[in-house]
Amino acid sequence: MNTLVILPVLIPLLTGAGLLLAGPRAGRLPRTASTVAVLLQLAVAVALAYSAGTGPVLAYLAGNWQAPFGIALAADRLAALLLILTAILALASLLAEGDEPPDDAGAGRRQGIFQLQLFGLNGAFLTTDVFNLFVFFEVLLCASYALLIRGRGDARFPVAIQYVVVNLLASALFLVAVAVLYGVTGTLNLADLALRMAALPATELPLARSGIYLLLSAFAVKAALLPVGFWLPATYRLPPVAVSVLFVLMTKVGIYAMLRVASVLTVLPGTAGDGLLLPALLPLALATLALATFGTLAARDLRTLASHLVVASAGTLLVAVAVGGEAVVAAGLFYLAHSTLGAALLFAVAGRLTAERPGQADRLLATGRTPVRASTAGYFLLAATGIAGLPPLAGFVAKAGLVDALLSEGPGPSTSGAIVALLLVSSLLTLLALARAGSNLFWKSAGEVAAPAPPMPRGDPARGASLAAALLLAAWVVLSAAPGPLVHYARAAAGQLLLPAAYVDAVLGELPVAAPAAGGAPP
Amino acid sequence: MTALLLASGIGILTATGVWLVLRPRTFDVIVGLTLLSYAVNLLIFAAGRPGTGAGAAPILRPDLAPSLANYADPLPQALVLTAIVISFAMTAILTALAVRSFGTGGSDHVEGREP
Repeated sequence: MNTLVILPVLIPLLTGAGLLLAGPRAGRLPRTASTVAVLLQLAVAVALAYSAGTGPVLAYLAGNWQAPFGIALAADRLAALLLILTAILALASLLAEGDEPPDDAGAGRRQGIFQLQLFGLNGAFLTTDVFNLFVFFEVLLCASYALLIRGRGDARFPVAIQYVVVNLLASALFLVAVAVLYGVTGTLNLADLALRMAALPATELPLARSGIYLLLSAFAVKAALLPVGFWLPATYRLPPVAVSVLFVLMTKVGIYAMLRVASVLTVLPGTAGDGLLLPALLPLALATLALATFGTLAARDLRTLASHLVVASAGTLLVAVAVGGEAVVAAGLFYLAHSTLGAALLFAVAGRLTAERPGQADRLLATGRTPVRASTAGYFLLAATGIAGLPPLAGFVAKAGLVDALLSEGPGPSTSGAIVALLLVSSLLTLLALARAGSNLFWKSAGEVAAPAPPMPRGDPARGASLAAALLLAAWVVLSAAPGPLVHYARAAAGQLLLPAAYVDAVLGELPVAAPAAGGAPP
Repeated sequence: MTALLLASGIGILTATGVWLVLRPRTFDVIVGLTLLSYAVNLLIFAAGRPGTGAGAAPILRPDLAPSLANYADPLPQALVLTAIVISFAMTAILTALAVRSFGTGGSDHVEGREP
């Protein structure tokens, strides 16, 4: 049993629980403890990625029950990749939080909820049990409700209510799916489900399929797929930058869950879910991408633009999930890492703009000339070129890889051609939207051109957002300078997803630790 | 007969819940979500195929073979218990948000203002 697997769940849980108890005089301690915990999580995630990347799937039996009966955790390459991304974004979020007004009385609670959010995210990536996945979803959602209303302004409450209601409806759908799957197969362990789905009698197939569809619908809400994704842009533009940087990951949880369930339940030929994914998911994913692209063109402020970019990236990823196949999923995973960093960077830039232009915030069409630091414009330029997929940054590798994989291993020449055409047109429109946003934000000044610009205030009002942007940019630059390792890693991760037997064997084959012999120490 | 009662009960709860969730006042939405969670909990019970164990407690007895024909399935009960706790907590959060929204915006409309 590999104890490393449970650490990404235990560290934030214990830290968060401890921090919630911190009193009002804890001072800087909560933030320091939170940072240490996030650094530990990053180290554990890297170690897990190394072990999973070079060896078999790692499994851990929480409670020491043999797999289908207890709850098992498993770390394969995909889970480890997402754990690393979570830790990086959490670190950026902690850095960006330095800009918020200090709140000594609430610092413990704030960091505690933040750690519980990480607890839910990490748990969702590691668990192998469908009901446990539901519980981790609820944990991360519950923390996100608290984080969402941390901002200012009364507008946040109606938006938060809608966000909570939408997610509660999705949770109800999730539970219905759990009930149906349990009723049909008698198990909730993903590995065991995979085996039992393959051996299901034909009379049970319709029920099993509806269960899988319901499960995927619940995940589609989190992933902001088209008919159920309208909650996202309104929600993501609301919270302070430290929170929205972390929220970028929330759609990725939905996509991860879809990939995991698709890998276990729909990839194996002859099982109940065989061939379910493509016809249903592909049109919706393409429509999501198209609508989100128009959303970026219509956005009036940078946060809304970034929110629509998050939806567009979810649409692109879901296209890769729907098409399937090792090369396409691998390209999708690389795109996932790149687009997560890119969108988070754009939110950090929006945070800096808001701090530098009080009164104007991040509105694209500002009135009057407000000085903006060159570094902010520089971050925006790099973020925009990367997200649009222009060469120097990893976005180019990601999009070129996706197009190449779709053309070589896609679902036939005409369908692949149509998908690639839509991807490229959407990239072009995104580039237009970002270029227009940049020229409006940094070059254009409506009226008052003759008036001298007010002097730049001394001291950086958004040092935290700047540090967060620097961290995200550094990770992105590393990814761009040496994409090789991640491309290979993503390829291997996709291979693992398409051959779930290794995952199934690792989870079901993990043996409980034998109880120590009764009677104390051996003679 | 039991199955018909259970199924129609779940159906009526779901239908009422969906109708209430689609209404414009936060109070109705919260009640609707509560009804929906009741329906889901009953459905999880139904997924445990009640009736086969005929109400027997899920405690092993030496004179009965350990199969679902002789005992109730304990897992759906554990699932329902967890689901009840979670939906209770979520309802509490939603109620707190709704009260706060009414307090700051002066309206209990889900949009935060009267249309």
